[in-house]
Amino acid sequence: MNRQRAVFLVKNILRVLLLVICVSIVTFALMKASPVDPLQANVGQAALGSMSREQKEKLQEYWGVDTPPVEQYLSWAEDFIRGDMGISLLYRQPVASVIAVKLANSLFLMAMAWVISGILGFALGVISGMNRGRPADKVIRGYCLLISSTPVFWLALLLLMVFGVWLGIFPIGLSVPIGVEAGGVTFADRLYHAVLPALTLSITGVSNIALHTREKMIDIMESDYVLFARMRGETGWRLFKYYGFRNVLFPAVTLQFASISEIFGGSVLVEQVFSYPGLGQAAVSAGLGSDMPLLMAITIVSALFVFGGNLTANLLYGVIDPRVRRGGGTK
Amino acid sequence: MRKLNRRQRVLLGLGFSAAFLIVVCIWGSLGTEAARATDFSRKNIPPCLQYPFGTDWLGRDMLVRTVKGLSISILIGITAAAVSAVIALLLGIASATMGKAVDSVISFVIDLIMGVPHILLLILISVAMGKGLKGVIVGVAVTHWPSLARLIRAEVLQLKEMPYIKIAGKLGKSRWYIAVKHMLPHLLPQFIVGLVLLFPHAILHESSITFLGFGLSTEQPAIGIVLSEAMKYLVTGKWWLALFPGLFLVVTVVLFYVMGQSLRKLLDPGSVHQ
Amino acid sequence: MSGKKGNTSDSRKNRSDEQTMRDVQREDAPVLKIEHMSISFTQYDRGMHQTSLPVIRDLDVEVHGGEMVAVVGSSGSGKSLLAHGVMGVLPYNADMGGRITYCGEELAKERIKKLRGREIVLVPQSIAYLNPLMKIGPQIRRGSKATEARKKLRGIFRRYELDAGVEELYPFELSGGMNRRVLISTALMEEPKLVIADEPTPGLDLAVAKRAMAHFRELADMGAGVLVITHDLELALEVADRIAVFYAGTTVEEASVQDFEHEETLRHPYTKALWRAMPRHGFQYIEGTQPYVKNLPTGCSFAPRCPHCGAECAGEIDYRIVRGGKVRCIRAE
Repeated sequence: MNRQRAVFLVKNILRVLLLVICVSIVTFALMKASPVDPLQANVGQAALGSMSREQKEKLQEYWGVDTPPVEQYLSWAEDFIRGDMGISLLYRQPVASVIAVKLANSLFLMAMAWVISGILGFALGVISGMNRGRPADKVIRGYCLLISSTPVFWLALLLLMVFGVWLGIFPIGLSVPIGVEAGGVTFADRLYHAVLPALTLSITGVSNIALHTREKMIDIMESDYVLFARMRGETGWRLFKYYGFRNVLFPAVTLQFASISEIFGGSVLVEQVFSYPGLGQAAVSAGLGSDMPLLMAITIVSALFVFGGNLTANLLYGVIDPRVRRGGGTK
Repeated sequence: MRKLNRRQRVLLGLGFSAAFLIVVCIWGSLGTEAARATDFSRKNIPPCLQYPFGTDWLGRDMLVRTVKGLSISILIGITAAAVSAVIALLLGIASATMGKAVDSVISFVIDLIMGVPHILLLILISVAMGKGLKGVIVGVAVTHWPSLARLIRAEVLQLKEMPYIKIAGKLGKSRWYIAVKHMLPHLLPQFIVGLVLLFPHAILHESSITFLGFGLSTEQPAIGIVLSEAMKYLVTGKWWLALFPGLFLVVTVVLFYVMGQSLRKLLDPGSVHQ
Repeated sequence: MSGKKGNTSDSRKNRSDEQTMRDVQREDAPVLKIEHMSISFTQYDRGMHQTSLPVIRDLDVEVHGGEMVAVVGSSGSGKSLLAHGVMGVLPYNADMGGRITYCGEELAKERIKKLRGREIVLVPQSIAYLNPLMKIGPQIRRGSKATEARKKLRGIFRRYELDAGVEELYPFELSGGMNRRVLISTALMEEPKLVIADEPTPGLDLAVAKRAMAHFRELADMGAGVLVITHDLELALEVADRIAVFYAGTTVEEASVQDFEHEETLRHPYTKALWRAMPRHGFQYIEGTQPYVKNLPTGCSFAPRCPHCGAECAGEIDYRIVRGGKVRCIRAE
């Protein structure tokens, strides 16, 4: 049984590696296909001027016309694995250090939103599913429909308008106060600046998990074992505690791990509206400014997170579900 | 008036949604010039009777711009969703019928597409296509098929195992005959519902990517561009520039969802139960 | 009675010795009395029309304390709904009519909510009715950690020869032989006055099925009223006191087990056909099939298959008392 688990684990990890490699190939190919030549497009940029000869040659190697594409990719990939992701043309710094800073900002934001939306969505889904057809269910479903129909960036605009401009409670942009040295930024400052973006992400993240949890909850409520539990006199909270909770929690947790991609995507839009200097905003700038090395690195990093989330979801199932854990398989 | 039962209400909602979308599209395509017309004698007017959505800093009527923007977005969304749905249909069927190798390749591609956050993928494609209208349409069209393809694959796999289809095969009916006579009637409703439910995603992503500044030019005021322009004036307190176009975008998307879900309810055999 | 029957009939004979005591009980109100029960579902036809689908049209049955009554009907005839109707857990699109009384008092919605799981218990047909993610012990105890509950469960397990370790298993880990005993253990956690067994022998081999039925017989011997819903007439005849025959939405006959010893003592043509279909009575095949609830004939639902059917069978047919049993047939005497 342990061997089986080990094989499962190795298989999954290999698949993730293969997927990441393919993502990098496709990304590289897309960048190569672009009619925009990053060196040409950024010729006036100070970054190019400040680069060493060696660095410029490397860029030529990736993007130059003289080497065949496969070789270009391999040479780029080799450097990438060694940690040399190239120089960002927009930020005039090594891509790796740009990503380190931006990712730290974004992770803070996304982790907050991920946890809040997960818990809130789960609770709403459970309430909705257990009260199917009643007013509470209708309100929650209406909210989910509305939220999944609302573009994230517009919701961000609305919140910015209300809390930032009208009420003036929260700052309009940036992750830290302007004009304060990096060392002088307190945790409270960061929190304060991340509240609105995180709130936006949480509000939108709720709908997906809530709707899924609701469906699961309804399935569970209609299952034979809940029917029997009801015939044994269980109702309300006890019914949920002993029969609903475990059965609905596993799929919800799995889903939340598998939905990292959406939070990542949402953060791109939200960071843009709140001028929050995270990975998403960097991705937009890189795209608009044809900063290919940065854009590619961001794509690969976010793919790593997404696949990592999926992998965790898969493995988690084996850990928490006794049917898998105790090796009974499905009977 | 006598109380309508559920199916009649669903049909009514469907008709209303379709009517709204058609009106927006027609009105929008007629008002191309009006949407661009600037008039400095009427700039920055908050919503009033004459300009219910107000005017912007160039004196453009926001109502006209909103409708124009929506119609562009709806048309792009529909085109892209239709392309995506066709891809989904072909790959879904191929996945279910052409053997294990094809199936695993397609499912690998699906995982690949799902692995990159959607907006990021759209940015990549847009950059690859040299940023422009083409990039937006291609991007939205080639990234929206995975979920529907999975659905169709599952459906076909299930149908293949149905006793009556297996018997039809044993009776010597041709594959074509089985596909058209037995499978299509079951797949078609699923496909149509899936197609309609792709629109909202397509429109939301289209508006998002144009909002970020990829794709359409300011000459083509898609709703994302209208909103991204509005963002710059938000701090000065011109709330109406962002509020109304966004609100109408939300209404449009909601209507598509309602249409999709209504269709599903009508077509789903399980809905015979009240 | 033939001698080859096992303990089950012995225990019935023993109890028959206490006939007098039961007769006293009979004076009391029956534990469960169902009159004119009907259950129907609302559905959409093609287009906009709503129709009502009557799965149970007219069902009557009575269970007294210490008595075991079997409702026998063919598989898929909707008789399980009877149990759901009594327990008050019908799906939202179902409508129930008729009258259910429990110990002489009407069993209204609020009352069954208080009684189910306490005085009225149901034993389900398979372990699909157990929470797959909860261990057996806590599940039977309904999460109670009290020593009293633990003690009681250990007692029940001893009674059914279940190992104490079973408490720590998840439902999927149970072996086929344990399933039935675990399920019936749920009933004994309380002191039930009415036990409803829903199809307790699905697909079991004969020996196991007999043992499962014997467990229910024991519950009746302990004084509870037991209502068994089953498709297996032969098994039911071995353990039950009375049989109610269910056909196409109605109970067509209620007869004592003794009535089944000879064809002549039975009352309804369908029951007689069932009797002839039993292996030991010649295995005769019944012509035709049960009509689908949507296309039921008016009047007697068995009429299309009945050899004695006449024009008057199309009218309203009462459930009346004939020779100490009940029958829904105008020709029965």
